[in-house]
Amino acid sequence: MSSGKTLGEVLRDQGVSRRGFLKFCTAMASMMALPPGSVAAVAAALEKARRPSVIWLSFQECTGCTESLTRSHTPTLEGLILGQVSLDYHHTLQAASGTAAEHARMQAMKENHGKYLVVVDGSLPLGNPGYSTIAGISNVEMLKETVEGAAAVIAVGSCAAFGGIPMAQPNPTGAVSVSQIVKDRPVVNVPGCPPIPVVITGVLAHFLTFGGLPELDELGRPLAFYGDTIHDRCYRRPFYDQGLFAESFDDEGARKGWCLFKVGCKGPVTHNACATTKWNDGTSFPIESGHGCLGCSEPNFWDAGSFYKPLSAPTGTINQVAAGAALGGVAAGAAVAWHNRKIRGEARAKHEPVTLDDLEKSS
Amino acid sequence: MNGGSMDFLLWVRGTGFNIAMVVLIVGVLVRLIEILALGRKADLAPRRSDGKGSGWRTIFTRSIPPPGMLKASPVTYIAGYIFHLGLFIVVFLFVPHILLIKDLLGISWPGLPSALVDAVTVITLITMVAVLANRLTDPVKRFLSGFEDYLVWALTALPLLTGYLAFNHLTPDYTFMLALHILSVQLLLVALPFTKLMHAITFVLARWYTGDIFGRKGVAS
Repeated sequence: MSSGKTLGEVLRDQGVSRRGFLKFCTAMASMMALPPGSVAAVAAALEKARRPSVIWLSFQECTGCTESLTRSHTPTLEGLILGQVSLDYHHTLQAASGTAAEHARMQAMKENHGKYLVVVDGSLPLGNPGYSTIAGISNVEMLKETVEGAAAVIAVGSCAAFGGIPMAQPNPTGAVSVSQIVKDRPVVNVPGCPPIPVVITGVLAHFLTFGGLPELDELGRPLAFYGDTIHDRCYRRPFYDQGLFAESFDDEGARKGWCLFKVGCKGPVTHNACATTKWNDGTSFPIESGHGCLGCSEPNFWDAGSFYKPLSAPTGTINQVAAGAALGGVAAGAAVAWHNRKIRGEARAKHEPVTLDDLEKSS
Repeated sequence: MNGGSMDFLLWVRGTGFNIAMVVLIVGVLVRLIEILALGRKADLAPRRSDGKGSGWRTIFTRSIPPPGMLKASPVTYIAGYIFHLGLFIVVFLFVPHILLIKDLLGISWPGLPSALVDAVTVITLITMVAVLANRLTDPVKRFLSGFEDYLVWALTALPLLTGYLAFNHLTPDYTFMLALHILSVQLLLVALPFTKLMHAITFVLARWYTGDIFGRKGVAS
């Protein structure tokens, strides 16, 4: 449960050095695109901040978002749970189960009314409530009940933010995003499949530092992390500009690290921080590992055609449509030609040659 | 979830693209069949000269200005050349465009460096502005111009402009500009069969026809 201690006190209790703490603050300020001078302000705010209670709800998801969070390095997952936040409810990570777990959720909601954060991963089925239930409660019901006293809601992952894979056509469960259900609380979307762990923790750090939510784009994503496209920050960008492209995943160009646009990279239209924060403690990101960007932090990426089709190609296959159009065109052309010939035939039939008498009459 | 720009992009890459292709294919076929079905009156006169091949030759020779015309209408010819060549380079030698053709037809060829295509786009756009200015200032051309001429100009200039803005990230929302670029091309394709833009296809037929007739009459160019 959320203790009365400030974050600074908790960290000192855990033996976190001042140097370590400031390093974390610097990293956070940098990620949030704040000027260097603001590190002290971030540190001062975080020092005094009280750990917020966090209730993490998992609905129609694959646990990839939680898997991502467990790879968080700034801060580590242990640091996050024990230090920065009080993670009071999380299926995968909590020790309690059954009635005790639900009791913990209720208690956290009651004790921190109006102040706790709700983190959601997974989309919500609007079809049969039985598609996804927790403790006999439907996902939509649990979300509505939990956000009622929340300060804000963080929709983690593309499923929670935009509907995600469960929403892919034909959307059998009637999946919707969190923001389609929650209208009376601020919702931050942290999309990605999965989202970058430091982005998740960065949003939490922003909440702790400023007591509010970061500036968002038109899709509700924090601008600090989703302001640029992958293409804007990609280290392979110079090759795109020079027109040097890998034609396949194992050719000469691929080995030389050329641009992956031709093999379907969606980097130019994908807003995320992969190219700058990278993954696994800054090791690399998909493009650095030789695979094009899937566009996983953008709405409807799951229905945007093949991952391996270039961005300039149509999303579907046009062969059947084109064949139908060609047949229709030939038929329509034949009909028009027949009509024209008919008109010409009629005109010829009606045509009366002008005789000399006619000309004399008219003169 | 309303994805705004991304939804727009997915629409133009999906449904919008299909609609444009259907209209283009049906429209072009109707127009071509309509023209070809008109037929030709039998030429009862004997051939005046050995004009065989005159039709085929004329397809190319008509691309060269007749003597004196370059001096008489420099803007029409020079700007016309630059604009048509530029358009060809931008449409057929820009890598993302080649990839689109490869996806549709399975054929491809090497492209030019993006920076070069970018420069050609600017030159083509400037030339198009010159062509428009000439049309507006020349009293004869102005008199002969109608709504369709200006519409066709706009439909041709828009893809160049939106493509340039998108490629160079000159607007805050690249996704939206890319979608707008694709949409502008689709408008061009939809209008092609029903406007003067149809000359992109019929110029071959028309020149062959003219050349062949002239050949028969002994005045082959």
